[in-house]
Amino acid sequence: MPIQCSSCAKHRAVLRRPKTGHSLCKSCFFWAFEEEIHQTIVSARLFNRGETVGIGASGGKDSTVLAHVLKVLNERYDYGLKLLLLSVDEGITGYRDDSLETVKRNQQQYDLPLTIVSYEELYGWTMDAIVKQVGMKNNCTFCGVFRRQALDRGAMMLNVDKICTGHNADDVAETVLMNMLRGDIARLRRCTAISTASDGEGAIPRCKPLKYAYEKEIVLYAYFKKLDYFSTECIYSPNAYRGHARTFLKDLEAVRPSAIMDIIHSGENLSVREGVKMPVQGTCSHCGYISSQALCKSCVLLEGLNRGLPKLGIGKRHQLHDKILARQALTKHEEKKLKAVDF
Amino acid sequence: MCQVDEEYDSLLEQKSLPAVSKKCMKCKEATAALLIRVGDAFCRVCFKEYFIHKFRAMLGKNRVIFPKEKVLLAVSGGPASSCMLAQVQEGLSRDAPKKLRFLPGVIYIDEAGVCGQTPEEREKAAVQLENIFRMTGFPYHIVPLEQIFTLPESVLESVCSREQVGSSYKAAVDQHIRTELIWAHEEPPLEESQDAVAQLSLQASTYKPEHTLALEELFSSLKTLTAKQDMLNTLRQHLILHTARIHGYSKVMMGDSCTRLAIKVLTNVSLGRGAALAADTAFSDSRYGDVVMLRPMREYSSKEIGFYNRLFEVQSVFIPGLDTKAANKASIQRLTESFVVKLQADFPSTVSTVYRTSEKLHTACPPQSSTTEPAPKCLLCLCALDTKITDDASAFRATLLSKKLSRGPLEEKKHSDAGCCQGKEQACRDGGCCSTSRVPAATDLKSLLCYSCRLTIKDLTAVDSLPPYITSEAEKRQRRAAMKKEIGEFLLEDDE
Repeated sequence: MPIQCSSCAKHRAVLRRPKTGHSLCKSCFFWAFEEEIHQTIVSARLFNRGETVGIGASGGKDSTVLAHVLKVLNERYDYGLKLLLLSVDEGITGYRDDSLETVKRNQQQYDLPLTIVSYEELYGWTMDAIVKQVGMKNNCTFCGVFRRQALDRGAMMLNVDKICTGHNADDVAETVLMNMLRGDIARLRRCTAISTASDGEGAIPRCKPLKYAYEKEIVLYAYFKKLDYFSTECIYSPNAYRGHARTFLKDLEAVRPSAIMDIIHSGENLSVREGVKMPVQGTCSHCGYISSQALCKSCVLLEGLNRGLPKLGIGKRHQLHDKILARQALTKHEEKKLKAVDF
Repeated sequence: MCQVDEEYDSLLEQKSLPAVSKKCMKCKEATAALLIRVGDAFCRVCFKEYFIHKFRAMLGKNRVIFPKEKVLLAVSGGPASSCMLAQVQEGLSRDAPKKLRFLPGVIYIDEAGVCGQTPEEREKAAVQLENIFRMTGFPYHIVPLEQIFTLPESVLESVCSREQVGSSYKAAVDQHIRTELIWAHEEPPLEESQDAVAQLSLQASTYKPEHTLALEELFSSLKTLTAKQDMLNTLRQHLILHTARIHGYSKVMMGDSCTRLAIKVLTNVSLGRGAALAADTAFSDSRYGDVVMLRPMREYSSKEIGFYNRLFEVQSVFIPGLDTKAANKASIQRLTESFVVKLQADFPSTVSTVYRTSEKLHTACPPQSSTTEPAPKCLLCLCALDTKITDDASAFRATLLSKKLSRGPLEEKKHSDAGCCQGKEQACRDGGCCSTSRVPAATDLKSLLCYSCRLTIKDLTAVDSLPPYITSEAEKRQRRAAMKKEIGEFLLEDDE
């Protein structure tokens, strides 16, 4: 017997919401999903009328759905936003080149201007070249650090007021768990914030409008809307430790579907004891980008690559920052530790 | 998704190989008997000294237990709490001046009523534990979980602390040492107290069969193992609190090990209990006001405890719990435990890292003072309510919205009518709110609970199976809330 939609009680339900367990018809699901994102945007006051908003687009499901929903809501509720797509080309053959094709198609489908910034033009290194030097381990560090800055630099070029990214509820919950496991109290406090502080100098505020949207619902939405997205894992090995956190989260969701939201609720209500040392935000003395150290991570990583010492930026090596700044050579012993390890 | 800074990898992956015939790293003479951490090899004697010192150091550092204070040791029979009991015995057996100065008592909550043991098994476990307790010479209380059906409502109230802890600690110790000197000249009335012990222990250990049935009914109406375990924790805590109060214990020691606490941290985060995380895992938890919960075993890993118990023959009793033999994914608690234990095997610093993370947090509940109106507390877990809806975006708000949006107009009506019965018979049949029983409907109970306890109660099909002290306290609070609403316009709001 067909199940009736629990919301309109008229149509046949086609799906069960992973988030609430309710059975809904297609149009009620679309409406609920979009309305929830609208409420998130309104209650968190993410945008102001007249702003230019850059959408970090990778071609994957999250950013595709984000671009689609933002465009729909911008028209439906008249936010008065100028939307544009911003992509980063990491230079990964067989992965990013394909996904960028999807973004280019999206650009035409949604009629939004698209800008692509590449690692190669910004740093002189593609991920393929980096992996050649670094190996399969730790390369996510380079990619992650560079992408963050690349997105900022692209946004600055386009004079964007805000950047939004497709991070969903699963990503946020996973990051809470990950930061607990790593004991990273500073990130633990920051990671549940829906947007970064806008008063920080040099950085463009970022926000996550899909923060409360379940990954499974994003896929459902894309599936029923027949959105065109790219779904392949990055060809370079995903990080093992984060993989544990991800599997754990999926298992938790299977035991109790609300667990994802429950973890975010926990994260939002944690308060850090007074007197715990926190990193202070400053600027990088090399490039002027925000940094808690004398040199920003991206400059250290780049320096390591250019010196042929890829491990320079892996782990905590603040004691070497002065030497890098003064453009001094490192000792033999120091160099030996920082060379890529052969397996 | 990739994340920046996977910089702890190399640290986390280090594993040590046990070396045979290594010397003890402390005395550098005797042959090492065990490796407690990466590279730390200890001989038997040094390990014992290290272990005992750690216990006293934990109490000494925190300075919360006053001389002659009555302290209740919560013993489950498991390795950690049995070891805690052994440590207290050890501390009291020593000669002055470093002797522990408090007066211990032992409590065991007999949970067999919900864990599916036969009466014979139940009896056997109780006898085993009683033997252990009797040998310590401490007064002990064996309390069956069934006693939750005879608890008074006052258990759920947090009482304002009588004295300011900390400031007068030194004065109290000095006073104690002076009286101690006087006592030394006379014979301490030891035998008298021993007699009282024997009397005490026998009282409480009886339970009525109808209460066992009621207990079974309560737990069978909880749909998930996650909710069952959470409810059991809450009820156990209430019983311990009540026993402590009626027998005048002002401190309770819980045997949570470092490993257990790391599991608890991740479990509680996953259960949405983040706001109370610090109180749930800190050394001392004073949410009840007059009785303070302490966790003196928090710096020992379960491995260290296992070693100690084995080397120095500390007896523990295996008693099956709710999740014994349950599958790994049977509940959030069980899943988290297996996750942490597995991860710890591959990355040996997992437990200590998670535990240290929790140490950097602090309780969201502001300290209670007698002058201001106490902040509303959760009916069940007594932590400060974390369910205030603000104008800002929050996970709680987003969840409520999702429910509202996917619920149709039909269900909407049903929900708004529940509990008040505006002459609509249909709604009454569904919610059962017009019945003569004065039990509040689940939706009403919710308003008195914190985020996480709401999740547990959501899994409870029959709210009226809750023990009477909970339901009547809920009613009392609701009546007060209604009263306050009525007179609301005449009350002067004090600024927060």
